[in-house]
Amino acid sequence: MLRNIVRLQNQVGHVFSSCNLYPRLQQASCTLKYSTASSERKKFYQDVSISQSEGGLFEINLDQRKLKTPGGKLFTVPNEALAIAVATEWDAQRDTLKFYSMHLTTLCNTALDNPTQRTKDQMIAAALKFLETDTICYRVEEPPGMVELQKNEWDPVLHWIENRYNVTIGSSSSILGPEIPEATKDIFRQHLTSYNLWSLTGLEYVITQLKSVVLSLGVIDRYLSVEQAVLLSRLEEEFQIQHWGNVEWAHDYDMYELRARTAAGALFVHLSSETSTVKRKLMQD
Amino acid sequence: MASLSSPLNICRGILKELRFVQGPAYNQSPAYKYVLEQFRKNKVTGERLCRAQREAHHAAHTYLCLLASTRSHLALHNLYHGKGECSAEEAAGLVGLRLPTQPGGKGWEK
Repeated sequence: MLRNIVRLQNQVGHVFSSCNLYPRLQQASCTLKYSTASSERKKFYQDVSISQSEGGLFEINLDQRKLKTPGGKLFTVPNEALAIAVATEWDAQRDTLKFYSMHLTTLCNTALDNPTQRTKDQMIAAALKFLETDTICYRVEEPPGMVELQKNEWDPVLHWIENRYNVTIGSSSSILGPEIPEATKDIFRQHLTSYNLWSLTGLEYVITQLKSVVLSLGVIDRYLSVEQAVLLSRLEEEFQIQHWGNVEWAHDYDMYELRARTAAGALFVHLSSETSTVKRKLMQD
Repeated sequence: MASLSSPLNICRGILKELRFVQGPAYNQSPAYKYVLEQFRKNKVTGERLCRAQREAHHAAHTYLCLLASTRSHLALHNLYHGKGECSAEEAAGLVGLRLPTQPGGKGWEK
């Protein structure tokens, strides 16, 4: 029987396995349980609440049990806003737990467990690699409508970031993309070193979603709203939709998912980098 | 460049989304209280601190976008992708085609 349960758990293998349900089994099988994107499991709790631990960190309680990460660590977040947002995600689940819709929880798990064991420098390098192939730097030469659209929509953002960080990026219609000077990368690298590990996790997530460093920094610096950034990231698709029509189960589906993921990433960066300012404000009042 | 809707609209939007996910007892949840508290706090913030106000405005807008998009995405997911792979008839129906039903239709003869 015991062995059967272990096997069942391994087969199902969820990201957010409730480690606290089978504490002994959890120790026996030390492998981390990372799921495929579509896995669901039955809801095993009724109440979700948050509590503050001694270190000032916030924890999530499902009924009486404490939520843990897939790696077996205690799930803790640095501030109340993030804790409430995560608790709301767990509260929003109905009969089954849809992990693919719980983006903030996923991001917290990644930041806590750091499953690939990367350092800050590696994360910055991975994020900046997207600058070389940034979506908004690659332009088409035809059709004319698309050329004009790219120029009108993408150029203002490119100018904004060049002024904001005092760098040169430029755009190109060649397959090799624009030549990005080393000085530009150095400035961004320097800027990103001021981020903590949590914010970097969020930022990298946004960058991989939007496939663009420029658009991601636009959202993080509050120059663009999430909707605008997603629209700019999908500009070519939107152009095609104007010609060929919108297909709900492909285009809208992708767009909402992209929006949700981008919003989660951006919120995660803001909430995890602004702990001090939020606290100061509470004390002033 | 980011043109956001007014804080009041965002606040109401977030509360509406919370009602969708938490049901009728949503105004008992900590999220409801926290959101209202934050909006009230930032309302009384003086112009001296308007940068924080703008930040809060943007964060609220982002959170609303997260809640609304997740809901729409899940709705579409359940409608089109939630039931696993669809049958040949359904797949054909999606693009406006029908499978041959009787002998003699196109593709029937070998």
